[in-house]
Amino acid sequence: MPYSEMLVAPMRAELTSAGVQELRTAEEVDAFMAKPSSSDLLIVNSVCGCAAGAARPAVQLALGQDLKPERTATVFAGQDLDATAQARSHMQQIPPSSPSMALFRDGELVFFIPRHRIEGRAAAEIAGDLQAAFQEHCTAATV
Amino acid sequence: MGTFHQNKGELHGITVVVKTSGNEIFVGRCDEVRPDGVVLLDADVHREGEGDRSPEDYLRQAAQFGVWKKFDRLVVPTDRVVSVERLGEVEA
Repeated sequence: MPYSEMLVAPMRAELTSAGVQELRTAEEVDAFMAKPSSSDLLIVNSVCGCAAGAARPAVQLALGQDLKPERTATVFAGQDLDATAQARSHMQQIPPSSPSMALFRDGELVFFIPRHRIEGRAAAEIAGDLQAAFQEHCTAATV
Repeated sequence: MGTFHQNKGELHGITVVVKTSGNEIFVGRCDEVRPDGVVLLDADVHREGEGDRSPEDYLRQAAQFGVWKKFDRLVVPTDRVVSVERLGEVEA
């Protein structure tokens, strides 16, 4: 059952304030995925503690650097159910995981951080993993 | 900001690998470690000899991507538990 929107709104804002586009419906997910850029980061947000303490701060840290994906978007697991299901349909080979982060290059999934690689880790460590993936897969810096 | 349940032990909410004295390995999100067993949510099980993957291959793949859940909730009895470790610490 989804949590109160009043509770969840700050969790959404932690990502949207970092420039991440929120996808609230399946149609919005499809529109985002239908026109892939050279590099797209899709974050599955969640109400759990590891999203609060590690995943969202890690995304903020990683996106604060010069090298980052051309586009970033997020769906909220447990809240925006259709959007999340649609996002996962683009990662069918990967078991559902939230929070998680998926990097696509030209529409192809090239890097994935599942929940168990977020749990118990510092945000800076996860941001380092993201930055390493950006170095490998994001060919052009966007500022 | 998030949700926390700090009265359930240090592994609460952490995805763990539970190795048993039998031929089964369980992977799931630990809810709590109780005297009678380890409570797992969204859990999967691998039984040695089933399918074409060795336990090592199963764990390697689980460490890389996670697992497809077979059980919403299950309890691995304490007398069968050999070890409990974080999946995040297993080499992918």
